Amino acid sequence: MTLGLPLIARFNINYPGFALPVDLTLPGHGVTALFGHSGCGKTSFLRAVAGLERFPDSYLEVAGEVWQDDAKGLFVPVHRRAVGYVFQEASLFAHLSVRQNLAYGLKRSRHSAGLAFEQVVDWLGIEALLDRRPERLSGGERQRIAIARALLSQPKLLLFDEPLSALDIKRKAEILPFLERLHSQLDIPMLYVSHSPDEVARLADFLVLLADGKVLASGLLHETLARLDVADAFADEAGVAIDTVLAEHDVQDQLSRLDFPGGSIFVARQAQPLGRKLRCRILARDVSLNLERQQHSSILNIVSARVLDFADSATPGNILVRLDAQGTPLLAKITRRSLNHLGLSPGMVLWAQVKAVALLE
Amino acid sequence: MIVSEADLDALLLTLKVAGISTGLLLLIGTPVAWWLVRTPSRWKSLVNAVVALPLVLPPTVLGFYLLVAMSPTGMVGRVTTALGLGTLPFTFPGLVVASVLYSFPFVVQPLQTAFAAIGERPLEVAATLRANALDSFFSVAVPLARPGFIAATVLGFAHTVGEFGVVLMVGGNIPGQTRVLSVQIYNHVEALEYAQAHWLAGGLLVFSFAVLLCLYGFNAGTVKK
Repeated sequence: MTLGLPLIARFNINYPGFALPVDLTLPGHGVTALFGHSGCGKTSFLRAVAGLERFPDSYLEVAGEVWQDDAKGLFVPVHRRAVGYVFQEASLFAHLSVRQNLAYGLKRSRHSAGLAFEQVVDWLGIEALLDRRPERLSGGERQRIAIARALLSQPKLLLFDEPLSALDIKRKAEILPFLERLHSQLDIPMLYVSHSPDEVARLADFLVLLADGKVLASGLLHETLARLDVADAFADEAGVAIDTVLAEHDVQDQLSRLDFPGGSIFVARQAQPLGRKLRCRILARDVSLNLERQQHSSILNIVSARVLDFADSATPGNILVRLDAQGTPLLAKITRRSLNHLGLSPGMVLWAQVKAVALLE
Repeated sequence: MIVSEADLDALLLTLKVAGISTGLLLLIGTPVAWWLVRTPSRWKSLVNAVVALPLVLPPTVLGFYLLVAMSPTGMVGRVTTALGLGTLPFTFPGLVVASVLYSFPFVVQPLQTAFAAIGERPLEVAATLRANALDSFFSVAVPLARPGFIAATVLGFAHTVGEFGVVLMVGGNIPGQTRVLSVQIYNHVEALEYAQAHWLAGGLLVFSFAVLLCLYGFNAGTVKK
């Protein structure tokens, strides 16, 4: 098995009036999110990986196979690349039934990634839809079929081009658990293009941030989200993602305790069993700072943290402060006045009050 | 019996010409239509104009040039003679060649519209599902362009059945060889055999109407679906 080898991409994405030079080495496992606003070139990058676009003087290596090397005049055509591509619109073949759509890639695949028809159908919960025609499906169902179809083509790399952006919130919530299940059960690396901070924080292990015609940052999600220069690109949605373990249920107060290396936080009582891993998102705007531990506060979640550094935020008069809670990074958004008033400086230890925690699973 | 044996011969010949022509039209028209939709070539407009020419050209003009080209001294004629095929004018194959040229736009244009309506996406999807260009053409483009193929077949056939000018110029009026229905009607009228002309003319009228009714009925059906 060659799984786990990195994806190496050097593209000169170039259109009239737009250029995005890319030089990335991405992990050969887990979910890598490509985040950026529309028009930042993230879809072009994904299309170049699939071979749907060809940019000059480029190089692409996936799982040890070179798919494009213009120095040697090499370009593997799309149909010879073992990718599974999920487009923004499901794009099911209108002339085929659901079952035939699923079989289309399956019967043309040249090797097996070990994904059996029954298993994929079961994962995506589409058993009952197999004999339907695509036009008789809801948007969410269609996208599930499209994901299953991509999986059944036995890919070595899964590419998602904003698969949820054409869906309403309810349909999104219907698909996200399926994507998470893929994440936890598949060994196939995934590239996930999105402009939704929520989806990125929820699904990704690795983050590539594109903005202003360049790769602004790339790195592990938890570290990258906490970078001050990156956080700014998320504007009001700046925040960190932390992985926690469900440690205690308090039946009387209807709370659950989540532990992470830097401490613990309480959230509304969860249904999952103890020991379950849960990812949370804490937005910078929901964290306030205190020099002393507040004894008389309604805020439940207070974490001890050390100031690492700070920088001006996109909002005038506001500062983003990067904190370290014993290895877990946190971000806080405070006013410049508060910064001066508290006399914050790197190295200071203080208390971070967390007003809201969003559970992502 | 008002419909004579000669009329029946003309009918059978017409169906034969139209059938063979339609087959050839689809065979040649499909790749041409596909190329016209997909090509970035700058020759596209030129080819489009040439394909559409029979729509506006008087059939006698087309017939005249075909006759000249296929004559023993013409360009096509010299090739066919050299190949030992003889010359094409006033023969059944000549009639088929002329019919194909004359009905070409009626087949290419509906196919072109249908192929263009498919868009890029289904073909991209097919490629990411490991289908090569030829495979995706037959497994995706052709089935999705089905309404276009039906329209092209019906129009190509009906238009070939109905032609007169080109047939008369290139094929002449040889019984059993090139005397098709439209020419036979002309013969009847010339001979003042109006009753027989009525039978054939009326038959063609009903046929044409039925064909168009089926076509529009089918298209309405697919739209509803």
